Amino acid sequence: MHETSEIVRLDNVSRYFGGITALKDVDFSCRAGSVHGILGENGAGKSTLIKILSGVLPPSEGQVLVDGEPVQYRSPSEATEDGIVCIFQELSLIPDLSVAENIFIDNPPRRFGLIDGSAQRRMAEEVLARIKCEDVDPDARVRDLSLSRRQMVEIAKAISKDPRVLILDEATSALTSRDVETVYELLDQLTANNVSSLFISHRMQEVEALCDRLSVFRNGSHIRSFDKGDLSENEIVHLMIGRDIDAQYPAKPARERATDPALSVSKLHWENSLTGVDLSIGKGEIVGLGGLDGQGQKELLLALFGVLKGVTGAVDLKGTPFSPKSPSACKNAAMALVPEDRKTEGLMLSLSIADNLLLPNYSGVSRGALIDANLAAREIDDAIAKLQIKTSSPAVAVETLSGGNQQKVVIAKWLALNPDVILLNDPTRGIDVGTKQEIYSLIRDLANAGKAILLYSTDYAELIGCCDRVSIMYDGLVVSELQGAQLTEQAIVAASLNIQSEEVA
Amino acid sequence: MSTFISVTPENRPIAIAAAFTVVIVLIGTGYTLATQGTAPMLTMSYLLQQLQIGSFLGLCAAGMMMVILLGHIDLSLPWTLTAAAMMATTVGGAWAIPAGLSVGLVVGVVNGLGVSYLRIPSMIFTLGVDSVLRGLMIAHTGGFAPQTEATPLMRFLAADKIAGLPAAVFVWGAVSVVITIILTRTGFGKSIYATGAKESAAFLSGIRTHWVIIGAFVASSLCASMAGILLAGYSAKAYQGMGAPFLLPAIAAVVLGGTHILGGRGRFLGTLIGVVLIVFLNSVLSIMQMPEAFRQIIYGVVIVSMLLVYGRENKARH
Amino acid sequence: MMIRFKSWVGRNRGFTGALLLFTVLFIGYHILHPRGFSTSVFIQNANESVVIGFLAMAQTVPVLMGGLDLSVGAVMTLTNTIASHVVTGSPLQMVGGMIVTLSAGTAFGLMNGLIVVFGRIQPIIATLATGAIASGLALLVRPSPGGDISSDLNWALTNAVFDFAETYGFADNGNAAWLQPIANVPVPLVILFVLGVCVWVPFKRTVTGRTVYAVGSAESAAYMSGLPVARAKIAAFTLAGFFASCAGLYLAIQTSSGNADINQAGAYTLNSIAAVVLGGTSLLGGVGGAIGSLVGAGILRVISFYFRILSIDPLLQSLIEGLVLLAAVSIGAIRTFRVKNKLELFR
Repeated sequence: MHETSEIVRLDNVSRYFGGITALKDVDFSCRAGSVHGILGENGAGKSTLIKILSGVLPPSEGQVLVDGEPVQYRSPSEATEDGIVCIFQELSLIPDLSVAENIFIDNPPRRFGLIDGSAQRRMAEEVLARIKCEDVDPDARVRDLSLSRRQMVEIAKAISKDPRVLILDEATSALTSRDVETVYELLDQLTANNVSSLFISHRMQEVEALCDRLSVFRNGSHIRSFDKGDLSENEIVHLMIGRDIDAQYPAKPARERATDPALSVSKLHWENSLTGVDLSIGKGEIVGLGGLDGQGQKELLLALFGVLKGVTGAVDLKGTPFSPKSPSACKNAAMALVPEDRKTEGLMLSLSIADNLLLPNYSGVSRGALIDANLAAREIDDAIAKLQIKTSSPAVAVETLSGGNQQKVVIAKWLALNPDVILLNDPTRGIDVGTKQEIYSLIRDLANAGKAILLYSTDYAELIGCCDRVSIMYDGLVVSELQGAQLTEQAIVAASLNIQSEEVA
Repeated sequence: MSTFISVTPENRPIAIAAAFTVVIVLIGTGYTLATQGTAPMLTMSYLLQQLQIGSFLGLCAAGMMMVILLGHIDLSLPWTLTAAAMMATTVGGAWAIPAGLSVGLVVGVVNGLGVSYLRIPSMIFTLGVDSVLRGLMIAHTGGFAPQTEATPLMRFLAADKIAGLPAAVFVWGAVSVVITIILTRTGFGKSIYATGAKESAAFLSGIRTHWVIIGAFVASSLCASMAGILLAGYSAKAYQGMGAPFLLPAIAAVVLGGTHILGGRGRFLGTLIGVVLIVFLNSVLSIMQMPEAFRQIIYGVVIVSMLLVYGRENKARH
Repeated sequence: MMIRFKSWVGRNRGFTGALLLFTVLFIGYHILHPRGFSTSVFIQNANESVVIGFLAMAQTVPVLMGGLDLSVGAVMTLTNTIASHVVTGSPLQMVGGMIVTLSAGTAFGLMNGLIVVFGRIQPIIATLATGAIASGLALLVRPSPGGDISSDLNWALTNAVFDFAETYGFADNGNAAWLQPIANVPVPLVILFVLGVCVWVPFKRTVTGRTVYAVGSAESAAYMSGLPVARAKIAAFTLAGFFASCAGLYLAIQTSSGNADINQAGAYTLNSIAAVVLGGTSLLGGVGGAIGSLVGAGILRVISFYFRILSIDPLLQSLIEGLVLLAAVSIGAIRTFRVKNKLELFR
């Protein structure tokens, strides 16, 4: 079985983004006729690896070899010509085109130079039948399909290209269990046809069931590859976490549990994403939200900040019922949200630091109808000094700042309002270590000043280091709550995968 | 170009537009010197006259800028202007001007509601409102030129002089000061920039973006109706189609003044210079007795080439 | 088959709604018409709809791409004046003149596309400026209205197929048996139909055409899928120029003359946007099609026909057109209230 040939091989590949190293000296290969699982925490470098393999990004250093020949892809379509096809996590489908059109988007069947609609539909039906999606109408618009159907269309689009290497990046995260079965069967078929599949998933059971070989990545490095069964689940989790802790966290004050809750939530429901969340945050407490991506954490924060419509359940703010109708109502109730994507949701990149800082708080720096220039300048100087935002002048556009300083601007604009409840959505993502530490101590200072803080982070170490308590979400619910000595990476990983912590520990 | 090195990126289009305005005036003066041996363009009375003509366009552009800063557009300007003028002359007396302005208020609220709550693209919604206003006004006048006349106050504001300066310039100046203050010194003005730059981020910052959009459309319609009231005073009466010649020049003045058509960026000073540029361009072409054909072509070429220059400058920066 | 039809209707709600509205309005018009349905009325209706029909198709392509072309009316006017000079002489010369006219408009559209793609200027403001240039050129080509397009050509193209055959003496002067089924069809409708089918339908089925839709729907996904984005943008404006020149050419033949009427150009541009929206094409791009815009143009025209036969004050025409437009887009906006995540409204 091991005499099969290598299709793709990476030699000493590194990739840098600005000053950040996403991949470092990676040697990696995958064989024909195998299903190869790739494991790693969020930010371990898996996505970068895939992008290099599939031609989206060139490597900064090192070489990619296909069938032993070095290749340099300039676009995904060139990789596709060599049979390397990727199913991307962010869907690459065009919402207003039909299923059939999407499946054959870049290479439709043609007659007399024109797209042959009926041939295209027939071929789409065949491909869809291969993945048991006969219920999907090839003429339906992708926009009208459910997320799970869209993901199946994405899979159909990939296999229609007759891949030799098929990369599935979290391709099963939104699928129904029946579809997952179908994908398993499909992978078996492909393996029998000597196709190599690279399988990236956070679901341990899935990886266990499917893959015959596994590779673990951590902090941009390829840690180890091994055959299935060589290591126990527990050992694999160890490999994924590693041992080095790279950030210092401020000390947690000893505290008694029974503080008044500043914010409490019960039975919060929204669409399919929140299925009855119960949570409470005390004054002066930092509560972490953990779990795998996409288990409802982001939706919970948005629901609490009045962004979602049709939320049911009860929210209590400082002991009185509160209905988060809109962000401006929440702002007036002394709540603040540092949103997920600072570039589109947190900041007006083209505007100055000063304009961004003052945005939520113009009434605070105005006398009557007019902004008082002195008050505003003092406010801005305070904010810049307090968060140590590094800039030559508050008049420069925010887009010229580094990521860390941009995030400080987002946080600073809310602090001027002196909010009682602060919701943070992954505030340290893509930020250098030094700034991270500043943000950690800032968060702790705020808590010590009596604020209630809800922190969602994809970085487990951060949850452990910062939070007094961590609530793990799975499938729209808080499934477990960890605090004190229970707060270990192993416990969080185990709880996130929704397997019993005893098994791992 | 080296003289502009110290100019900040936001002011660069303004500086270029100002320089170009000077070039236009120099070309015009050179032409008159060569053909008549005089330089009428540099006389005070000529400049004042240009300012008076420019004040109508200036008011329209001021309002249009508020909407363009949001990344929207107000195509209902022509008939908002006309309707305000017609209502003002119809009502007459002391209530003439309030009647005209209330037309603007109502139109602005309707436009703002359609764009903010229904989220209909402003391009099409304001186009529909323009058509409705036109229908209402034609029905109101019976399709004939209205017989009612502008009140003395309207005539005074549009055509008389105060301390040697045209009164219309004072109106334009007052509106400009108000808008400058709104844009630079009030939370509402700052919220317009923020909403235009990134609506989602402004919304998540607790800005009531619906109200910001409605407010900007109201400002636009109020400015258009003020222009209509003045124009009716200038011509002594309202007439069909008085607003049509202002729509495209108003948009052009705003864009040439450096306001980004997709919103979020722009200074009111730029719009003022954009208006002056267009007014002088028109008047130089008049002095040269340029046929309408060449005027249109020059007009288009100026807009495209200036935007190409602005774009090149921006690219060079990054 | 029935199921497929139903799902097609479901996917093309805007178009189906427009078609229903048009059919109801059109039948109602002929029922209310004092002389009932007659070929002559039909021919007159068709003649009055061709120009706006072509312009609506012209506007559709940039709109599908998520842009807008404010120069279509001016390009129509420009080609109208060109045609009034070159479409004269022998039949062969006239055909040559038509080709010159259409090429001029197409080239102008190509220029728009190049400015938008390589100059990186927003379509709306770029075409606003090039529209002024086209108007100016039109005034140069024909400073005062006039032209001497053959009255034969005018007669042949603005009447029924029978008259066309009779004028040019084929098919037994229009009396051949095979011609009878279509003898009473207005020629202008045939022209619209033939060009719609021979240009738009094939274009939609090329990769470039599909890319136009993809760019309007999700530009980044289109890029990720390896589609020719720049080529599609240029093609969209070029095609808009072509259809606009068809409108200009027909207008010249219909009026036997050219007229550089700039106000008319502006009004036609705005009407073309209204027709596109009424025909079910989204101004945000990605959804709709030129055939729908033809129906949208038809709705605009039929509404105006009503004023003629009912004793409605024609002064109310613009009011009612505006209200119909506002009502149509407001019905389309109801989906806004179903969005559960307010952030999605901003995308």
